[in-house]
Amino acid sequence: MVAKKSVYTKRNDGRKFDEVRPIKAKVGIVPSADGSAMFETGSTKAVAVVRGPRILHPQHMQNPRKGLLRVTYGMMSFSVSDRIRPGPNRRSQEISKVTEWALAPCIDLEAFPNTVVDVFIQIPQADAGTRAAGINAAAMALAHAGVPMKEMVSCVGVGKIDKTLVVDLDKYEDSDFKEAEGSTDIPMCTLSRSKKISLLQLDGKISIDELKEVLKMGKKACEEINKIQVEALKNVGQEVGGKK
Amino acid sequence: MVKSEEKTSESKNERKIVVPGETIVSGEKYLPGDGAYRDGGDIVAGRYGLAEISDKFVKIIAVSGVYLPRRGNSIIAEVVGITFNGWLLNFGGAENAFLSMMEVPRYINKGELREHFDFGDLVSAKVWNTNGRGIDLSVKMRGFGKLESGQIMKINPNKVPRIIGREGSMVNLIKDATGCEINVGQNGWVWIRGSNIDNEVQTRKIVNFICENSTITGLTDKVEKFIKDLGIKKTASSDVEIIEEDTHKEKEDKK
Repeated sequence: MVAKKSVYTKRNDGRKFDEVRPIKAKVGIVPSADGSAMFETGSTKAVAVVRGPRILHPQHMQNPRKGLLRVTYGMMSFSVSDRIRPGPNRRSQEISKVTEWALAPCIDLEAFPNTVVDVFIQIPQADAGTRAAGINAAAMALAHAGVPMKEMVSCVGVGKIDKTLVVDLDKYEDSDFKEAEGSTDIPMCTLSRSKKISLLQLDGKISIDELKEVLKMGKKACEEINKIQVEALKNVGQEVGGKK
Repeated sequence: MVKSEEKTSESKNERKIVVPGETIVSGEKYLPGDGAYRDGGDIVAGRYGLAEISDKFVKIIAVSGVYLPRRGNSIIAEVVGITFNGWLLNFGGAENAFLSMMEVPRYINKGELREHFDFGDLVSAKVWNTNGRGIDLSVKMRGFGKLESGQIMKINPNKVPRIIGREGSMVNLIKDATGCEINVGQNGWVWIRGSNIDNEVQTRKIVNFICENSTITGLTDKVEKFIKDLGIKKTASSDVEIIEEDTHKEKEDKK
């Protein structure tokens, strides 16, 4: 997989190809919430707040068989260099839905029928990989809220820049790199215990052999992230991670 | 009033924080209790909390999250709805609880429900049943009923055992210091009534102090010192924990 012919032989910020950005995590940042967490990779930062299980309105959405997981993802207007219009848009609605699907397999939804667990994800600072950071923060916040969960979720973005496979892309790699083949982005989520994949998206082109390698790299990175998530949960109120 | 979960096991077992998906113990001899599940030969955490192993049972004690009502809990709740045969009460949990008019110590005519407990009234009640369909409350036992005047504060329900202390030691300490009546619901709602507003505010401060420092060892000493630093002027003290509806009415009549 070494980039023999690839234009991208050295990473923009000097990381190794399979190295994630420095991670910081903290649990219990919002006292009024049932559960909350912050997750930071490089200069991408996500804050997740969990409220519930609580009464679900409108009532016709209530399901006596299982509870509902409702995710709201949003980027703050100052999170990128050009101001973005706050409020839901096509992209944020899609990411909310995708995050819901990524988190749902590990949550025991049958344990709280007729109710809803609300997850609010906010991105105060974005440098690519915001959905990954959001999911990582949301998983910690859900655990902190005491929601019945079978396992944890970790998420990372794996990409291909020209012909080089890299883990945890930043904004330069994700969207500013336009040389040769350009870049491909594959966000993926793995569950901590069963090692199943709960999210796999693809933006760009990739061959099957390369995809297999991507999954391998992603799983390894997710394990690293999971370690930090667990550490943060065991030290509530303390910031863990940081420089390696 | 409330049995602290801590004291039953404090001496026996050490407890550790577990994260969902984490293996607590391995081996066929263990059985998964509350919040844990079995995966092959392992007992795995099914939620975040403190894992406790007593003999064969592995259970997880919640340290955060919303209040889950258990049978026998005494809670404080607010009337949010009235049906033809009872009241719907919100207690800050995942669903509303139901208080049937049959579970009130005296006979009520169907049209007089509002006169007994009206919208917005605070009621101290006991959870007598939880099933799939809902949570049923009762105020038949002594010490339960409408909470009049005073004020309510909402704290993290997981800190309630700290506020109460061992056999109510902490709550009595606050009562003695401030002369306020305090009723701590296991859902984290605390009702305070004092002879004047200053005492109530001081009581709130003490309760907040306990919540913020709930993990410190030797909390009682810290609280005693905090109370001393507050310099409370104690006025009238009453030992009545909860004013029952009936006795309260009588008092008002006398006035």
